[in-house]
Amino acid sequence: MSTQYNVIGTRPIRHDGADKVTGRALYGADIQLNGLLHGAILRSPHAHARIKRIDTSKAEALPGVKAVATAADFPAAGDKIVDLGEGATPLSYIRGNVLAQGKVLYRGHAIAGVAATSAHIAEEAASLIEVEYEVLPCTLTAPDAMKDGAPILHEDLHMQEFGKKTDKVNNVADHFRFSIGDAEKGFEEADLIIEREFHTSTVHQGYIEPHNATVLWNNDGRVQVWTSTQGSFVVRDTTACILDLPVAQVKVTPMEIGGGFGGKIPVYLEPVAAVLSKKSGRPVKIVMTRKDVFEASGPTPGSYIRAKIGAKRDGTFTAAQAYLAYEAGAYPGAMVGPGAMCIFAAYDIKNVTVDGYDVVVNKPSTAAYRAPGATNAAFAAESVVDEIAEKLGIDPVDIRLKNAAKEGTQRVDGPKYRRVGCVEVLQAIKASEHYNAPLGGPNRGRGIGIGFWFNVGLPSSCTISVNADGSVNLVEGSTDIGGTRTSIAMQAAEVLGIPAEQVHPSVVDTDSIGFTAVTGGSRTTFATGWAAIEAARDIVRQMKERAAKLWETEPAEVNFENGVFSKNGKSMPFAELASKIGETGGPIVGRGAVNPRGVGGSFAGAIADVEVDPETGKTQVVRFTSIQDVGKAIHPAYVEGQMQGGSVQGIGWGLNEEYYMDTTGTMRNSSLLDYRMPTALDLPMIETIIVEVPNPGHPFGVRGVGEANIVPPPAALANAIHQAAGVRLRTLPMKPSTIMEAVWAK
Amino acid sequence: MKWFDYQAPRNIGEAVEAMTLHPTARPLAGGTDLLVQMRAGRRTPDLIVDIKKIPELNQLHFEPGLGLTLGAAVPCYRIYNDSAVSRAYPSLAEVANIIGGTQIQGRASIGGNLCNAAPSADSIPLLIALGATARITGPSGERTIDVAAFCTAPGVNVLQPGEILVSIQIPPTAGGARYLRFIPRNEMDIAVAGAGVSVTLSNGNIQSAKIALASVAPTPITVDASSLSGAPVNDDTLKKAGELAAAAAKPITDMRGTADYRRHLCAVLTRRALASAIAAAKESK
Ligand SMILES: Cc1cc2nc3c(=O)[nH]c(=O)nc-3n(C[C@H](O)[C@H](O)[C@H](O)COP(=O)(O)OP(=O)(O)OC[C@H]3O[C@@H](n4cnc5c(N)ncnc54)[C@H](O)[C@@H]3O)c2cc1C
Repeated sequence: MSTQYNVIGTRPIRHDGADKVTGRALYGADIQLNGLLHGAILRSPHAHARIKRIDTSKAEALPGVKAVATAADFPAAGDKIVDLGEGATPLSYIRGNVLAQGKVLYRGHAIAGVAATSAHIAEEAASLIEVEYEVLPCTLTAPDAMKDGAPILHEDLHMQEFGKKTDKVNNVADHFRFSIGDAEKGFEEADLIIEREFHTSTVHQGYIEPHNATVLWNNDGRVQVWTSTQGSFVVRDTTACILDLPVAQVKVTPMEIGGGFGGKIPVYLEPVAAVLSKKSGRPVKIVMTRKDVFEASGPTPGSYIRAKIGAKRDGTFTAAQAYLAYEAGAYPGAMVGPGAMCIFAAYDIKNVTVDGYDVVVNKPSTAAYRAPGATNAAFAAESVVDEIAEKLGIDPVDIRLKNAAKEGTQRVDGPKYRRVGCVEVLQAIKASEHYNAPLGGPNRGRGIGIGFWFNVGLPSSCTISVNADGSVNLVEGSTDIGGTRTSIAMQAAEVLGIPAEQVHPSVVDTDSIGFTAVTGGSRTTFATGWAAIEAARDIVRQMKERAAKLWETEPAEVNFENGVFSKNGKSMPFAELASKIGETGGPIVGRGAVNPRGVGGSFAGAIADVEVDPETGKTQVVRFTSIQDVGKAIHPAYVEGQMQGGSVQGIGWGLNEEYYMDTTGTMRNSSLLDYRMPTALDLPMIETIIVEVPNPGHPFGVRGVGEANIVPPPAALANAIHQAAGVRLRTLPMKPSTIMEAVWAK
Repeated sequence: MKWFDYQAPRNIGEAVEAMTLHPTARPLAGGTDLLVQMRAGRRTPDLIVDIKKIPELNQLHFEPGLGLTLGAAVPCYRIYNDSAVSRAYPSLAEVANIIGGTQIQGRASIGGNLCNAAPSADSIPLLIALGATARITGPSGERTIDVAAFCTAPGVNVLQPGEILVSIQIPPTAGGARYLRFIPRNEMDIAVAGAGVSVTLSNGNIQSAKIALASVAPTPITVDASSLSGAPVNDDTLKKAGELAAAAAKPITDMRGTADYRRHLCAVLTRRALASAIAAAKESK
């Protein structure tokens, strides 16, 4: 069934490779402009406080200071509701997170910005701003924030329940329920029911490059922004919205980006730098410190989850139920919706009910992180599945295969799957050398887990122009985090029948390309790739016209295959025809603008082997394999890279990463030394098994590979630790002390 | 970070003078603690005195009868790359090799590790177990004190205004030694607990043992291990050593671990370190 491709499935060198390995690539903080000022942000030392007074006079008087900005410098937000691509949100929340007004809601919450002739002066000036606080008690976890009498973050936030506003003010922004079949009846049919509680910590994406923004508010009123972001159009639209400008009065130039994983979608610094630039008449650059990144960007929610599954003796799941309370941080939007949709998404269960709660707490406002919401949920569901398999004496892969989601399976939120690869992923696990290998030592265990992510479509634009030397220039608007310049260029090259190296891709600013949604949701290779396919097809159509002209025939009579135009024995390769475009009518520009449906969800699995030191509780990952249905691997090396990267982040999330908060709401480990992401020395080589069940909704079968791979690792590790140490961990991270305490409690 | 001045004296006298004239001056060895602390605003010296250009502070000299003179600014990589030192003090070479990673070891010194006086400093428990002393020079002359008495509180040591650490003296050893720490990662991490142990044997029994701990009190602490003298080399003795360490520890609960867990780790690490030191002592015979 495999289609023959010339370019797709090969591993060309990435187009941005030379710049990246030589250090020439320009990242956000590398930008230098004439007259550039350096900005600093004053941040709240309290997790929850009312701002009584802000006095900036001492900062303004410091020599070298050129401008100071507070929320009072922003136009009023009123009760405007905006949709910047992630659903309707009150503008006051988006704005309030950029600069606090009235109250600070987490430690690190930005209060004021300063621009000065050096970063050190700016820092000193920020420390001279006097803020009078009325410190309020704080609430840090979803279960605590939901209790009667908990400190209230937003007095005007009324709980929405089942789609309707209520008059309850309880830190819950939203309580929703998904339901199919009859869960109660389903549980009555079960021979075994397991229900467990799970807690997961707030974790950070941990991208290497800190947030940054450089802004020039030009004399003609246009605002120019240089930043590293996952979505230049999101930055444009958000900045314009906060400053109350028409969108195209802002121009965003995306710089190279040092990682994002979902965390570089929200806007933090741009509107502040813009106001400072307007006031000072000079460009202003602001770069976060690592501490700022931890305390004041958007980590992913901590959560409390209860998961319950009923099974017959033969392993058939009869019903499932879950309760998920996710910590949104300071403003609503905890990604609990996707968590609720994903928690049982890998299984064909007829009777399911899932309740979700979006809860505000005094921690930074959360953002997306690779398959947002799904990893927490899979940790819970996959731990319960494993326990059921153990109790029923069924192999963990077999019980999953027995219940695996397939074409036609209905998810709890309603949709029925088209062709999906859940079964194939499980079969690949079962057939793998790893799953069948001996454990190779004492105190070792092996665990598996599987998980799902939807992937998304959303709009993308692309133009391609033909060069006389037979190469083409490809222009697109998706910032390149994971090698997408190349995976997009390869799809154009496939259509055009030319080598990938003959495509020169550029990621350009928001003035220079049509609207393109974020690099996120694993959509870029799928959607911007599709735009490139359309643009390339447009080129082929126009080139056929030129060939027809030369051969004095109709364009419909011209054939095009493997990069060669032909008609009745006459033929001309792409490059040769390209050299004649001047004489046959002038430049050829193809365009593609898409908002594709046909998104294909991706299933992933993980096999983890661990060794647990019985005296210290330290877990060493001995062997790890990531398995994923990617639809079609356009560039297999980048696909493997995504699977390895997601696995490593999932391992960190599972074993050591956490926001360690004290009772005052201060993160005690806000440095890379203490946050403990895994390093190369903590990991085995991550093995990969690419499964390809083509997505029927994409011309080349692409599903998107960036996210599903992070979903199973914590669950797989928990199941492995259970085998190695005899304890089931239901709290993340499963750090050594937690494991030891569980062993002692046994 | 605030502005500051920089000086690089060529001899001890100049360094002491600079330190004496500027009460907030800080010596700079590798800078792997100091620069990080300055960037975080935790230290704001107006003068940095770079001591790396002073010959005495760069000495690394081993003499079998006399022991080791370790200049205060000698970076870790020189210690584990020196074959005589590595042979005589394999435990010291190992500690130099676990502080930070390769880049850090190119600069970081044992002197800096000691002067920084962190409760978690990896070299200090081993230095204590090896019976090391610190040679100090200042405006009122030279003095020598036991490393065990050097640290007085987190980040605070016995040095008086104008004083600098010149070198660390380690006596010759007749037995074996080992430092073990517990970190959740495999490198680039701060000890949740650490145990430095040295031991000498006689007729198959323990002649004397020294134990010191990291990360379980405001300073590195010495465990009274005198009750181990004369004890046979067996599992009971190892277990007893662990119990002594756990009893001496005064840990707190923080982001690196709970107090109970840390006390437990002291026992495990001390037992394992002692077993390893005994093996080394047997081998060195
Ligand atoms: C990434 C990283 C990893 C690390 N990992 C570890 C680790 O695993 N284990 C560990 O223990 N530490 C670790 N550290 C901390 C640090 O590297 C060590 O403490 C190192 O030994 C300090 O030596 P230095 O020469 O760099 O000291 P410096 O930073 O130069 O000095 C440290 C302090 O001592 C003072 N000082 C230095 N020399 C003298 C002197 N001769 N007289 C008087 N005062 C003096 C300085 O003024 C300063 O206050 C790490 C640090 C980093 C950045």
